Amino acid sequence: MALLRIDAATVRFGDRAALDGVDLDVTAHETVCVLGPSGSGKSTLLRAVAGLQPLDGGRILLDGADQAGTPPHRRGVGLMFQDHQLFPQRDVGGNVAFGPRMHRVPRDLRERRVAELLDLVGLPGAAQRAVGTLSGGEQQRVALARALAPEPRLLMLDEPLGQLDRSLRERLVVELRQLFGRLGTTVLAVTHDQGEAFALADRVVVMQDGRIAQSGTPLEVWQRPDSEFVARFLGFDAVTDGVVSGGVAVTDWGKLPVPDGTPEGPARVLVRPPGVLLGPADEGLLCEVRARTFRGGRVAVILGVVGAERGPQLEAECTLRDAPAEGDRIGVTFDPAEVVVLHR
Amino acid sequence: MDVDRPVAPAGPATAAPTSPRPRRSPGRATAVRLALAALPLAFFAVFFAYPVGAIVARGLHQGGRWRPGVVGDVLGDPSIRHVLWFTCWQAAASTALTLAVALPGAYVFARLDFPGKHLLRAVVTVPFVLPTVVAGSAFLALLGRGGFTDSLLGFRLDTSVWAILIAHVFFNYAVVVRTVGGLWAQLDPRQEEAARMLGAGRFAAWRRVTLPALGPAVAAAALMVFLFTFTSFGVIQILGGPTRSTLEVEIYRQTAELLDLPTAAVLTLLQLAAVAAILGVHAWTVRRREATLRLVDAARTAHRPRGAERVLLAGVLAVVALLILLPLGVLVARSFDGPNGYGLDFYRALASTDGSGDGGTFLVSPLETVWNSLRYAAVATVIALAVGALAATALVRRAGRLMRGFDALLMLPLGTSAVTVGFGFLITLDKPPLDLRDSWLLVPLAQALVGVPFVVRVVLPVLRAVDDRLREAAAVLGASPLRVWREVELPLVARAMGIAAGFAFAVSLGEFGATVFIARPDSPTLPVAVARLLGRAGEMNYGQAMALSTILMAVCAASLLVLETAWRRRGDGRRITDATGEF
Amino acid sequence: MNSTIRRRALGALVLATACATALSACGGSSSGKKGGSAASGGKTVTVVSHDSFAASKSVLAEFTKETGYTVKVLRGGDAGAAVNQAILTKDHPRGDVFFGVDNTLLSRALDNGLFDPYTAKGLDQVPADVQLDAARHRATPIDSGDVCVNYDRAYFAAHKLAPPQTFADLVKPQYKNLLVTENVATSSPGLAFMLGSVATYGDSGWQAYWKQLKANGVEVVDGWEQAYNDRFSGSSAGKKAKGDRPLVVSYASSPPAEVVGVTPAPAESPVGVATGTCFRQIEFAGLLHGAKNPAGGKAFIDFMLSKAFQQDMPLQMYVDPVVKGAAEPEEFVKYGAKVEHPTTLPPTEIAAKRDDWVKAWTSTVL
Repeated sequence: MALLRIDAATVRFGDRAALDGVDLDVTAHETVCVLGPSGSGKSTLLRAVAGLQPLDGGRILLDGADQAGTPPHRRGVGLMFQDHQLFPQRDVGGNVAFGPRMHRVPRDLRERRVAELLDLVGLPGAAQRAVGTLSGGEQQRVALARALAPEPRLLMLDEPLGQLDRSLRERLVVELRQLFGRLGTTVLAVTHDQGEAFALADRVVVMQDGRIAQSGTPLEVWQRPDSEFVARFLGFDAVTDGVVSGGVAVTDWGKLPVPDGTPEGPARVLVRPPGVLLGPADEGLLCEVRARTFRGGRVAVILGVVGAERGPQLEAECTLRDAPAEGDRIGVTFDPAEVVVLHR
Repeated sequence: MDVDRPVAPAGPATAAPTSPRPRRSPGRATAVRLALAALPLAFFAVFFAYPVGAIVARGLHQGGRWRPGVVGDVLGDPSIRHVLWFTCWQAAASTALTLAVALPGAYVFARLDFPGKHLLRAVVTVPFVLPTVVAGSAFLALLGRGGFTDSLLGFRLDTSVWAILIAHVFFNYAVVVRTVGGLWAQLDPRQEEAARMLGAGRFAAWRRVTLPALGPAVAAAALMVFLFTFTSFGVIQILGGPTRSTLEVEIYRQTAELLDLPTAAVLTLLQLAAVAAILGVHAWTVRRREATLRLVDAARTAHRPRGAERVLLAGVLAVVALLILLPLGVLVARSFDGPNGYGLDFYRALASTDGSGDGGTFLVSPLETVWNSLRYAAVATVIALAVGALAATALVRRAGRLMRGFDALLMLPLGTSAVTVGFGFLITLDKPPLDLRDSWLLVPLAQALVGVPFVVRVVLPVLRAVDDRLREAAAVLGASPLRVWREVELPLVARAMGIAAGFAFAVSLGEFGATVFIARPDSPTLPVAVARLLGRAGEMNYGQAMALSTILMAVCAASLLVLETAWRRRGDGRRITDATGEF
Repeated sequence: MNSTIRRRALGALVLATACATALSACGGSSSGKKGGSAASGGKTVTVVSHDSFAASKSVLAEFTKETGYTVKVLRGGDAGAAVNQAILTKDHPRGDVFFGVDNTLLSRALDNGLFDPYTAKGLDQVPADVQLDAARHRATPIDSGDVCVNYDRAYFAAHKLAPPQTFADLVKPQYKNLLVTENVATSSPGLAFMLGSVATYGDSGWQAYWKQLKANGVEVVDGWEQAYNDRFSGSSAGKKAKGDRPLVVSYASSPPAEVVGVTPAPAESPVGVATGTCFRQIEFAGLLHGAKNPAGGKAFIDFMLSKAFQQDMPLQMYVDPVVKGAAEPEEFVKYGAKVEHPTTLPPTEIAAKRDDWVKAWTSTVL
């Protein structure tokens, strides 16, 4: 049985539906990341589960029990806020001990737990520090320790690493994943950063305008985005019109091989960057390098099709050494495994 | 204890799962708010609306039937219209002048560190508690014949309307310094700094960033000053002369002297209508300006004056010295200026009327009046804090017309004549189940009516500035709504509560109007004792009145200092030590 | 948090009542007297009065010794306010005896049925001319006092000018710009002084007199405190406040009051009385209709006419005793003025015309 079951949850703000019949299950010890642009309803989803946002329709069940009428403080879920919301008038220890105190945990147990958690998040001995003196990363750790302290059956994280700088974010996301694995915590996190989501999650849920656009393992979603929305949200912009017929899609970029069983007819076709193979200018589709961006040790090469300047651009990935220079003309061939026909 | 559960409609977990549920939580939020508002509402219903309504009804319901005609008669009287006009414009002018003079003071007391700041802040509150009879007389020393302006600048103001306006500044300076300064001290200065980095000049940054943030507090202070000056009584009588009269003076005359209840009732309604209109305007301006603010520790925002701030500090100190310290000093000097030169004669005379001697029942020993005053003020402060804090909590979330009406209701007592309330108490709280005819509680209850608006107006802006998600964070961690209030909001508003408590305390300490009209067993407060002494001829009586006034000032300043210090320690003392340990 | 629990269980209204009842119960027990005269009517006499009421503790103790009743005093506001409060609360009176209604307000009190008739013991020792309700004995005269123009002795000595003595003197040019009086609408001595002018010049002539006074520079302030303590140059307070008016409407008892308690005692008071400008105020006591302890109330009214009380009054309330043979204190004999022929008006006439007179005065003088 799912620990959390969201059943046709609907929340309306005026005419706009922030959540529009969302169904989602989270099983115990699973980490689910809700991914989506701002305004897609992902924070509202967390608030609805926490009981901070009343539903206009549908149900929230925790361990099979309908949470309607259960106020936030009785739901036994934890929520870590985007900007942490540490209590300014309490020190670090006071913040972490808050939840256990509300649950009437005896003082000595409480103090032990605070010390353990601060050790766990890498801030041993910080209990006496004022929260105003903490750096962003430290605040994030304290907020995490605070959310974990009452041992919630479900921990929810709202943009957990949103305000931190990139290197810290990348380090912390690994730490978090390891921590949750060790503790067996059930986690529902929301983020707008796909890197964070894929690094953290067992399962990724992409939201669009209050609905779930796609759900699956990070690999599934990454490799087979369901829709153009999901593809573009993940940063895949090489999408073009085509007509599928007999195992190939006819597009501006030529005939692209498509997976078996793809329905015939007009379609939107995505070529993921690993599927764009670069070669000499006289082989395949003639393209010009429009721009290059560096991503770690790799280079993303933005290509324009020569003769179709206004058409969609292609993106290829290659090593620093192999990367063509801006303005170079090259030939492009496609790897059928990376061609995705999107649902319209 | 969670307050929301019993009032929330029962929502059993076994309810039909597929049936669409009604919008439960907005309804529950309203229910919680109404539950929180229940005690303040009951308080105001019983101790304000009922007494005032009863006295008005008695005026308009004569000889067994209602007489609406009297409304036309009174309103048709040109002299009444003149009184209404004078009441309104002098209050508006006094409010503008008070804001202009006191806002720099609010900044100086909120943001600058200078020696003696806490003492001086307590001292500027002293005029607020002084009986107007006493203060008015001291004010003549500033503006009247042979006074400061006369001997130095060659003009007298004691018969002009300027005397009224300046005296109103004297009395209400602390209202602005405290209500605005309280918030100002906790505003994050970095926001203004950010604006300056974006190219705004110092004044532009203040005008565009700080002033809008302070808006609600300034509006609240302006409203309170307006209401106080609108119902001004003693100042108008002493400094305005017999040709200037406010509605308050007229109501007093019609009720206490002429017993013309119909006319008094119409005037009371007129006063209430005018106050309601002002409250409406206030609510409208505040609603447009309110925003969640970033609050920081007050101790971190204050700094030593630099550059132009030194000039500002000097200017503010000069104004305080001239406007507040000088008149107070005159009173103190007179209390020592005995029949045989300067000395302690009047204090000795006061001391000789201790309870053991045969001083009669007219004079009560000064210690006893101090004790009476402190006791009444303490009880009134507790009532005002309890009622006001509940009301403010109920009002935190901007809400519908109903709650706004409630907000306005809380302010009405400030704009209601003390004699109306006092006489209303007499004719309503005189039979079971509410027979308070000779209970001493009548006095603190009447005083608390005036204290509650202060608590609400001072606490509410800070409470509204508390980030909602901080409350949510606590709720998700397992805190019930009541716990959230105690754990999250109370510590953050502790400072404001301290300021509010100081106000409520000072208001009750100096409250004279309602107190004097409520017949009570022989336990006069300091202002009543001062007024009794002033009411009779004789050097010793006058001198003792001055000595007792000086004691009242000292008691007021000392209580405020003690109250604020205690609160500071409790409120954010720990944080200050923490912070200094870290930096 | 008791209130929270109660609020849950009961509605707001119930709570309000419960809360207020708890408050009243608490008030009663903490003052140590359960509900005042209501619960202990047999032992306590409650006297309702104005803020100036005063008596020596020893004198009140004597009353308790004689009768077994203890006295509780409820004071509220000035004389006018106190009477009006008593009228408003006459259905549920707050005490047994009311003291402090004077001849300018007597009719209002009597017409409203405030008092039950009672013929006090010792009334035979009170002159008939102050017994203004002699026919029905609802109000018992207790004391009298005169509102007169006071003058600053030092000023008139320094200016070699004879102080004024009568109403007519006050409009003479040598006294131009010297007099300060009170607003008749807000001040009891101000009203009395105006009534004195009415008694002297008649219903038809008094307004003309005030026009002359105005032309002669009379200054009007709102209250006696401002007139006597701030504007009058003869009082010690007025000297400190740099008052510049050597004539003020005050009381015949102001000269002795001015020097009481001052050591060493001066040869004469710095303040004198223009004895031809006086209007007599007589203060009455009455048994409140519906009193819980009428027997005690009657005993207290009797006591107020006793020598002990009558002789205590002058220095306590700065008034004259009404009982024949009551000795005046030394200060009154030494520093006080003898007012031989004060003016007065019948209470019924005051009640009937007071409002019109006040309006006429206001439009003439202000």
